[in-house]
Amino acid sequence: MAAFIFNVVLVALLLAVATWVITSRAAFSAVVAFVAYGLLLAIVWVELSAIDIALTEAAIGGGVTGMLLLGAASRLRETEATAVSTSVPLRLTAAVLCALITAGLAAIVLFPPNTVFTLAPDAMAHLLESGLGNPVAGVLFVYRAFDTLLEKAVLVLALVGVWSLAPDRFWGGIPGLQVYQQPNSVLTLLSQILPPVGIVVGIYMFWTGANNPGGAFQGGTVLAAMWLLVMISGLQRVPSTNRRALRLLVIVGPAIFLAIGLVGFALAGGFLAYPAGYAKPLIIVAEAALTLSIGVTLGLLAAGPPERMRQR
Amino acid sequence: MTAALNIFTVLAVSAGTFFFLAGTVGLLRFPNTLTRLHALTKADNVGLGLVVFGLLPLVEWPFGALKLIAVWLLVQLSGSIIAQLIAIIVRREES
Amino acid sequence: MTSFLTGAACVVLAATALGLLRILYGPADADRMMAAQLLGTGGVAVLLLLAAATESPATVDVALMLALLAAFASVAFVSSGPRSQGKIPPAMDPR
Repeated sequence: MAAFIFNVVLVALLLAVATWVITSRAAFSAVVAFVAYGLLLAIVWVELSAIDIALTEAAIGGGVTGMLLLGAASRLRETEATAVSTSVPLRLTAAVLCALITAGLAAIVLFPPNTVFTLAPDAMAHLLESGLGNPVAGVLFVYRAFDTLLEKAVLVLALVGVWSLAPDRFWGGIPGLQVYQQPNSVLTLLSQILPPVGIVVGIYMFWTGANNPGGAFQGGTVLAAMWLLVMISGLQRVPSTNRRALRLLVIVGPAIFLAIGLVGFALAGGFLAYPAGYAKPLIIVAEAALTLSIGVTLGLLAAGPPERMRQR
Repeated sequence: MTAALNIFTVLAVSAGTFFFLAGTVGLLRFPNTLTRLHALTKADNVGLGLVVFGLLPLVEWPFGALKLIAVWLLVQLSGSIIAQLIAIIVRREES
Repeated sequence: MTSFLTGAACVVLAATALGLLRILYGPADADRMMAAQLLGTGGVAVLLLLAAATESPATVDVALMLALLAAFASVAFVSSGPRSQGKIPPAMDPR
């Protein structure tokens, strides 16, 4: 009973915040409402027993996306007065199309087919052979490892895409991350105390992902957030994007994962197949490298395209 | 023993919830930004502290309890520093 | 105990959600950011209560994640806020 009331309150809140995000006039309050929406969504994922997704939503939706959108809103502030508002027919069309998608999803959820075909029991039955205890990690790195490899490559491509937004003359320059302008302020205190804790939590998230909710992506996001905090507070300079060490860190994760996949040809008879008994160590090695790469890549994604060259 | 611990949990969590309500009322009803900020940080520190305090008998000892306390300390640390930073911005915009 | 904890989570959620009204009213941008900060803290409390109610320690990890990163959006607000390069008022200057 109490759980039902809780879910009703949660859903009502979610709808109210979503409505506010769409109908708000000022970009800034829409962005803040969107951050609140992300936080609420993390609680929804917990209620749906999807803790891994809740971890990612709390990290990305609450933290990194909020930072990106706030930076965008502050840049757009000057042009907001002259923004052209869209016409009513266009907005009506968008509303109707969104309502159709919602109706379709609701129909799928509320009226499922009579025989639901699911691989979940088979997946759980074979999980122990790989040495993993977390079914999500099993899906990510054993059953659908190919998808995970492609996703990590997509992250690198996204980073290249963000970098390509810069004018040609700034390629390889320093990202235009907005840095807090007062040195030696109380923000410096936060960015001296929080990152060590954050690094421990990030490594813990990656390590516990083998048997409990967690994993490389969540750990990497925490590392990225800590690095961004240190850069925003001015304790570390924003690095130039043509530094070789930086680019190596970005690709070391996908590269090691790809190498493990190719080694699978020789040792286990297929791409991304693991030799018996070596599955868990190989997966841990791949996840460790991926955590590092994801941390660096997400940090660079949030830092934005290069805006100036290093003064020589 | 368990009954006493249960009563302790109920009391502490209720007190914590009360402070969260107080924080919201403060945020909505206080006259200016700085006083609202004050209400906000009370919810952070005392509200969450009482909730954590009340949940301590329910989690496994010691590591579960240490994790709860660590969460509370993190929220306190970042919350109080954020309050300072927001206050600096409010002062700057007022002047 | 489980329904009490879930009920307390419900009350905290409703309380911090009411605070979101500040996003509607708040004259200054700082007010809006404070409402999101309150929701972050309230979210941590809700998650801790849910973790105790459903006896899943993994939910405490979500609360830990939220505690670390909820302040991060506020830091981004503070550093991206007014682009003016104003000086800190002498009363708040730590030096």
